[in-house]
Amino acid sequence: MTASASPIGTVRARPLDAASAWLRRNAWTIGLVGFLAFLLVFTKVIQPRYGVAGIQGLAISVLPLALAAVAQAIVVIAGGIDLSIGSMMALTNVVAASLMKGQSDEFAVVVVIGVLLLGLVVGAVNGMLVVVTRVPDIVVTLAMSFVWAGCALLVLKTPGGAAAPWLKGLVLGSLGNEWIPKAAVALILITFVVWLPVRRSGAGLALYAVGSSPLAAFRSGVSVGRTKIFAYTLTGLFAAVAGLSLTASTGVGTPVPGPYTLQSVAAVVLGGVSLAGGRGGVFGPIVAVVILSLIRTDMTFLNLNTNLATVAQGVILIAVVMVGTLIQIRRNRA
Amino acid sequence: MTETMDTATARRSWQTATGWRNLFRDRPIIPLIALLGVLVVVSELVRPGVVSTQWAGVMIRAAIPLSILAACQTLAMLTGGIDLSVGAVASMSGFVVATFVSSPGGWPLGIAVALVAAILAGLLTGIGVGVFRVHPLIMTLGMSFVVLGLANVWQLLRVQTGTGTPEELRWLGSATFLEVLPHSLLVFVPVAVLILLGLRRTGYGRLLYAIGDNPIAARLSGARGWQVLIVLYVISAVLAAFAGFLYSGLTNVASVSLVDSAVLPSVAAAVIGGTSIMGGRGGYGGTIVGALILTVISSLLSSLGYTEAVRQVLFGSIIVVVAAAYTRVTAES
Repeated sequence: MTASASPIGTVRARPLDAASAWLRRNAWTIGLVGFLAFLLVFTKVIQPRYGVAGIQGLAISVLPLALAAVAQAIVVIAGGIDLSIGSMMALTNVVAASLMKGQSDEFAVVVVIGVLLLGLVVGAVNGMLVVVTRVPDIVVTLAMSFVWAGCALLVLKTPGGAAAPWLKGLVLGSLGNEWIPKAAVALILITFVVWLPVRRSGAGLALYAVGSSPLAAFRSGVSVGRTKIFAYTLTGLFAAVAGLSLTASTGVGTPVPGPYTLQSVAAVVLGGVSLAGGRGGVFGPIVAVVILSLIRTDMTFLNLNTNLATVAQGVILIAVVMVGTLIQIRRNRA
Repeated sequence: MTETMDTATARRSWQTATGWRNLFRDRPIIPLIALLGVLVVVSELVRPGVVSTQWAGVMIRAAIPLSILAACQTLAMLTGGIDLSVGAVASMSGFVVATFVSSPGGWPLGIAVALVAAILAGLLTGIGVGVFRVHPLIMTLGMSFVVLGLANVWQLLRVQTGTGTPEELRWLGSATFLEVLPHSLLVFVPVAVLILLGLRRTGYGRLLYAIGDNPIAARLSGARGWQVLIVLYVISAVLAAFAGFLYSGLTNVASVSLVDSAVLPSVAAAVIGGTSIMGGRGGYGGTIVGALILTVISSLLSSLGYTEAVRQVLFGSIIVVVAAAYTRVTAES
């Protein structure tokens, strides 16, 4: 009796095993969080005045890129890549800013909902084009980056528009304790409210399955095309949220895409998401964005040339991927 | 009877369809040149008298630096890679030359320094991709951050010495012979001939296709992939540097981000020209025509009075449509 029950019994009886498996699975993210903690301490040591204002500024400045990184992470997990995220952000940013100008707070709520829907539609278009044309993801989304950037310019030729005060209030300032910036709360809340249910559901499992092996996923009865469209749609939604965060934090709409697309690819890779798909999560990329921003701040505190921060970002990116590949090669040999 | 006739007609129409398909697949340059011809005719129709030898000269002059940048993409894409560092390397090269104008060595020293820097960047990229197997997208993206950052540092170091694009580069990049032939052909023709012949006639060219088509088969047949890739990314960086010289001569601007906006169009030119981003399929002839097509479309749309916005939307749509057509005809072979 005991022998036959043991396979299930052991799993149930040892929560430690589950904990260690969880640790192993999230080793990279945990390492990143540890490094972030170290960096925060380091920052405080080299600049004792770094405090509430610094944390506030950090949270607001990383918000758009962190959301872009979440958007990129989702599609990369599903085995794709979206080079139009920067353009989608520009589009949603200008649509929100131009519609909100001179309107009431109630109307702004409608605008926000509309912009989120726009993000879903724009993302779905990307996904459908990828699935229907069978052109490599990178080419389709590259081409669509022109299209969405062009649409953004059609909406607004020069920077303009305005943001509703309550939208600004969502990300500026702090919540309760002055050490908890609203921007950080908004980021974590939005990400987890949308991503966690997806990840727990069958659709989330399908995302990972399609990303790690489309053929195996297909043979296990997953609709590969539909899953990819779903991934791109979700990416579009997060790009729209990122665009709204730009509207909220800058107070205007800027029709020219920022450097978010390529930066988001870098952040995703640093955050432990494999470009080959099927591996990683959305929390790692967020931490990676914060770390990169903090490194830049530290370099100013150390009176180093901030341009060296760009160099450091490139070197870190290459080094991390290089080490990762070497480990992978060694593991495959063993 | 009617049934057999139906099958016969069906077969005939199917055969003509496959005929077109085969043409598009095997010689994509012919439909591409036809498309270019149509665009030229449309340009003439919407604005009678606009097409002239001078107009052709202006188009060619604008397409040449883009074609050279697209050469980097074509070569990298043949091996299944992509080179996103061309923008940073090209901008850096043009900028470095400008900073040497008023120093003792003058612009020749500047060109030498820029080329050495570009080769170094290409070498590191090649080692990363070839030896350490870093994904080309990530490697070249990281390298572009490194090059941009270092170029900015250089800018701060040299800011006192006065910068301006040297006379000689402006002559090469923007002047034309008899108002028709741009001087940049002096750079472009040898480069294009070398690449076209190199891809078709040399063992190295075949190796690029082999690695892109099936890296494992290439390795088992004795090809040393890492050597091929290192040489590839060095060539790509040198070509990008040439393109940077021409861009700074053409625009008379020296800036560390001058060429950034041309990176995505350079990928687009290679894709439209029939080079597959999955590797092993394509060539440089199509890429040149692709760059010309993109240039003529831009000029056509601006002559129609369309804004930059509409131009970008059409640009993107054309890339999707052309790439979809290629995928369709090549998938069924």
